[in-house]
Amino acid sequence: MSSNPASPAVALRGVHKSFNDQPALVDLEVVAPDGQITVLLGPNGAGKTTAIRCITGAMSADSGSVRTLGHDPDRNGEEVRSQCGVVSAKPALYDRLTGTDNLRYAAELHGVDPRVMKDRIRVAAQRFGIEHALDAQVGGYSTGMKTRLALARSVLHEPRLLLFDEPTSGLDPESAQAVLKLIREMTGDGHTVVMCTHHLVEAEGLADHVVVLDAGTDLVSGVPSDLTRAYWPEDSVEISIEGDQSTLSDLTVLDGVRRTETTSRGVRVVLDSPCFTPDVVTALTNAGARITRVEPHEPTLEELYFAVRKTARDLGEGRVEEVVR
Amino acid sequence: MNWHRTFTVARTDLRQLVMAKDFWMPMGILGGIFFVIVPLGLLLSITSLGDVGAVQNIANTLELLPAQAQEQIKGSTPQGRTSYALAVFLFAPMAVVVPLTISTAVGAATLVGERERGTGEFLAHSPAATKEIYLGKLLASLVPGYFTTMVGFTAYSLIVNLIVGPEVGGWFFPTQQWWILMLWVLPGFLLIGLSLVLRLSGRVRSTAAAQQASGLITLPLIGISYAQASGAIYGTATTTIMIGAIAWSFGLISTWRGMSAVRRQRLLGVADGV
Repeated sequence: MSSNPASPAVALRGVHKSFNDQPALVDLEVVAPDGQITVLLGPNGAGKTTAIRCITGAMSADSGSVRTLGHDPDRNGEEVRSQCGVVSAKPALYDRLTGTDNLRYAAELHGVDPRVMKDRIRVAAQRFGIEHALDAQVGGYSTGMKTRLALARSVLHEPRLLLFDEPTSGLDPESAQAVLKLIREMTGDGHTVVMCTHHLVEAEGLADHVVVLDAGTDLVSGVPSDLTRAYWPEDSVEISIEGDQSTLSDLTVLDGVRRTETTSRGVRVVLDSPCFTPDVVTALTNAGARITRVEPHEPTLEELYFAVRKTARDLGEGRVEEVVR
Repeated sequence: MNWHRTFTVARTDLRQLVMAKDFWMPMGILGGIFFVIVPLGLLLSITSLGDVGAVQNIANTLELLPAQAQEQIKGSTPQGRTSYALAVFLFAPMAVVVPLTISTAVGAATLVGERERGTGEFLAHSPAATKEIYLGKLLASLVPGYFTTMVGFTAYSLIVNLIVGPEVGGWFFPTQQWWILMLWVLPGFLLIGLSLVLRLSGRVRSTAAAQQASGLITLPLIGISYAQASGAIYGTATTTIMIGAIAWSFGLISTWRGMSAVRRQRLLGVADGV
């Protein structure tokens, strides 16, 4: 498998979808680059699951265009779905069957060659650490084991596109971390991954590309570092001091300091350039402040998410991408 | 149409039924009551009672049967003729009631069950076409009822031949009419019932609702099947074949319409009205 940056694996353009007149997707734009991890980030009810369903053609959009791996899933659903591996928010496994039976069922529906099926099942189970439980009924599995089995099932037919809907839902932190690590490894094999989550920490470090959704609309999308740079184009440092905080308020008189913003842990000092940081530290020390922390401010995805949502609320509705740019 | 996927869906559903003791135990008991316990009790009573008043009265009522049916009755004694008539004519409808009851119970839960368990999501994202899923589910619903009936019918045939056979000069069952009923007429009626029940299963919100609603379909159907099965046994082979052909025609049309009625969104439980 090779990635092709020129042609995105998934492209949703102006997609609308309603259920009984309740809008679920509103003018949704999602582009998932080939060979990368795209994270759909948003609260419950933001339209993440509906977007995944439209991508595979499990559900048809009311209007707009959906292209998955170069196909229209409404017209070439079988072609699209045979190249997709999906893990739903609930693992969607057959509790009365064994792990092997669940995997074999998926492999047969996807037309895996019977001659290689046994090997594929073994390799997938080993990869996700579930081989010891393959002969047991899935009803007796823990939540973590079920998720691992669902992940193993999603890769059996060697799909090009993997779609994970809240794959760590219900998992303990250790299992969740292991699952995220496995997802990261999959892109190394050339897979394209689209993952939905409302856990900001999960998306941090995992996402090559992020789409922030709210009320069925994409608020902003792009490479996380580009987005945070676009949102916070100025350099800044965060400073914490012990005792009297009043010295922090006088920093604006210094050369190179644009302004200060109070935070929960001290103050954020916005600078013309990071090279003014030593001057700020010296000024504070001379004023008798006991500095406990000086740290360049590198905005996280979490900060970006909340900032984007706040901007969206302030704007009323629609995309905030233009504002960010 | 990919038949391999259809059979995969059917086989997997059947495997789940085999694993469900709470399903096949009552199914076996139902078959046992209808095909073994009731006939055994009745036929043993009649053949062991001898030429008493009750048997004589039943023998007299045989004269009410159509002439064609009366001609078929074998046996020289009242209890022989009575037990022959009961074995061949009275129990015919049960051959329809048992498979319809079992198969509709399976069929009613099949599509809505996928949705309730969340596995409908897996099927909706799979490359299987909805008609392949529908046909796979139909097969998986048909097999348990038909299989139970055939096993029960074999047991019934043995009982009849062992108990009534000596009274009428040897093994006589199944008769030609019964063979046609079991192999031709019965699957046709099963197909009608299941194609309707599966469509229902794809539309309702819960398994409980599906079970309730399927009763509305299967009860009249059982009534019709009961009457037609009786008619088939009383009538000629041609009549029986005709009844079967009509049942198959309705069944195939209903199945064809059912294949297009199941939509992927219904597996997800987000179709309008679901």
